[in-house]
Amino acid sequence: MGVGALCKEAGLTALLVLMLALPLGGLRTVGTATGLSLEVRPLFVIVPVAVVLVGRFFILLLWRHGRRPRGEAPTEGLMDRIARGVSTYEVYLGPLFLLGAIALPFMPFSDRYIIDTATTVLIYIMLGWGLNIVVGLAGLLDLGYVAFYAVGAYSYALLSTHFGWSFWACLPLAGVFAATAGVILGFPVLRLRGDYLAIVTLGFGEIIRLVLLNWYDVTNGPDGISRIPRPSFFGLEFTRRPAEGETAFHQFFDLSYAGEHRVIFLYFLILVLALFTNMFTQRIRKLPVGRAWEALREDEIASRSLGINPTNTKLTAFGLGALFGGFAGAFFATRQGFISPESFTFIESAIILAIVVLGGMGSQIGVVLAAVVLIVLPELGRALAQFRMLVFGGAMVGIMVWRPSGLLAHREPTLWLHSRRRGAGGAG
Amino acid sequence: MRETAEVRQEASTIGTPLLRVEHMTMRFGGLVAVDDLSFDAWPRQITAIIGPNGAGKTTVFNCLTGFYKPTVGRLMLHHPQGPMLLEQMEGFRIAQRAGVARTFQNIRLFARMTVVENLIVAQHNALMRASMWSVAGLLGLSRYRHAERAALDKARYWLEQIRLLDFADWEAGNLSYGAQRRLEIARSMCTDPILLCLDEPAAGLNARESAELNALLCRIRDEHGIGLLLIEHDMNVVMQISDHIIVLDYGRKIADGTPAEVRADAAVIKAYLGEEAEVELPPEVADALRAEPDKPSESLD
Repeated sequence: MGVGALCKEAGLTALLVLMLALPLGGLRTVGTATGLSLEVRPLFVIVPVAVVLVGRFFILLLWRHGRRPRGEAPTEGLMDRIARGVSTYEVYLGPLFLLGAIALPFMPFSDRYIIDTATTVLIYIMLGWGLNIVVGLAGLLDLGYVAFYAVGAYSYALLSTHFGWSFWACLPLAGVFAATAGVILGFPVLRLRGDYLAIVTLGFGEIIRLVLLNWYDVTNGPDGISRIPRPSFFGLEFTRRPAEGETAFHQFFDLSYAGEHRVIFLYFLILVLALFTNMFTQRIRKLPVGRAWEALREDEIASRSLGINPTNTKLTAFGLGALFGGFAGAFFATRQGFISPESFTFIESAIILAIVVLGGMGSQIGVVLAAVVLIVLPELGRALAQFRMLVFGGAMVGIMVWRPSGLLAHREPTLWLHSRRRGAGGAG
Repeated sequence: MRETAEVRQEASTIGTPLLRVEHMTMRFGGLVAVDDLSFDAWPRQITAIIGPNGAGKTTVFNCLTGFYKPTVGRLMLHHPQGPMLLEQMEGFRIAQRAGVARTFQNIRLFARMTVVENLIVAQHNALMRASMWSVAGLLGLSRYRHAERAALDKARYWLEQIRLLDFADWEAGNLSYGAQRRLEIARSMCTDPILLCLDEPAAGLNARESAELNALLCRIRDEHGIGLLLIEHDMNVVMQISDHIIVLDYGRKIADGTPAEVRADAAVIKAYLGEEAEVELPPEVADALRAEPDKPSESLD
């Protein structure tokens, strides 16, 4: 690349920045006595454009010198090596993560905010693991996963507020209802493939939300359901003053009352639920049905020619994915104490799907990493005020550019014929 | 070799054929891909279907394995558990119940799964029963673990047969082309078929690989006692190992017989080499052809 080409490249980048900076930085609305007026701030445009123009030029110049000669085999990237290392040492990493997660609430720096955020992250990890069955393993692009989350949440909310059933009785029911919804939706829909399936599931997600919004008699419409009962610790409530004849958690364990008890309990509850999801997925992946999911993802026609029933196999994936969505939904309802259709919009589906895709389809630890990135990053970015989502979007674009198949895209075989080490080396 | 094949054919003609196709017609809109085709395939025999490109060979396979439903016709399979009508069965059930397995013209392996996983997936239905639709598997009962070990043993047997044992834990997509072809055959054999349909198994193989393939197919026929249906363009393969050849042209059967009979058949020569075309040829080309009159029949050998 000659200097002329470098200038052109740098100029193009600068033009792009100019287009962005003009409305974002160059113009500012100010309230005056007569109304709104525009303030023009030329410096906010000139400085970034100049910085980018010069910076880009020198970066390109450096790249030109630093680039390896053509024809040389590309070395394995850092993230590839990390990805392979992670899946090789998953046996050790898993317990390490788990210990960290268990210890988190008791760390000196932990406060209510951190535990709350960690709980949110764990909800998304659980949803990601649930959706991973559908998207990562079975390869069915589901854009309406939040529908099953909503079914689970409303199942628990309605059962507990109307019939007074406890969380532990409702949890399996919420899962079963969500799974039923998944199977009912899946039955007509699963003959579609790829983009078509995505559109129909997207529609289903919206339908559920609209039903929740408009079926006022049952769901209380946009007002939502409030005063959803909180879960108890084996019958011990987390209240300062329990009802007559009942014992509260802090009384039973002879602690002084603290609001954090419940927060920590909820944290451990979702941790257990998420771990259950993970264990289940890991295990079922190594069973015939799990391998059939992956086979269907790889080649549906070949799977059919081997006698795999595509409809039933996909339905189990859809149903099981929905089951865990339902569990997570029930937890969400009991944690918030209040749910409304607002919580189950398309953006939730998009975030869960983004977690699965960014994590590297089918990778369990990848989901953890992506959930942490996607939930914690916007939290950390609160200081950036209105540019928060811009940075967030930029980070996502960056991941897609550098890791197009996800942060940790490495498939671990479900079984080995020879010793594991021999296969891992790839040399046979 | 030819004599034994003929003897075997005569012997088995007395019994019932494994597959009897009667008056099969497949239309796609106005196009007739297969036109009133009838033929039999016998157990312990290799039946080859040959014909020029577009003759409807793969369509026949797609009808047999349930990917298409023939417009007209009956496809009767004589399964040990009783006769089955393939045209009335759903695609995956043909492999599951009737025991008809197939390979594809463009290899369809599960590329990102390992070689041994490909072979285990093929044993899906047996393993599914053993795992009691995942319940026994999730609980880790010994019943399922035994079944999985048996499935691995079968996979190991087939890997030995196709000489890929050392590559068992490789991703299937990383194998060489010839190895992928062999793996696809092994995968379909892992479904325990009684009829194996091979769509151009020798395509893209070199001479050594296709000789190896011949040996493998003969071994499958002789040791496992199943019927093989074979679509192939490589005449070396077809003429050497087939017991019986069916020739299609424009969806119609134009010849049916032993390799020797088919090779001598005038209609087959015409289909492959075209009509005598002296009138349309420029005089110098026609002269050159006349000078070597044996050339056409030689090239078919």
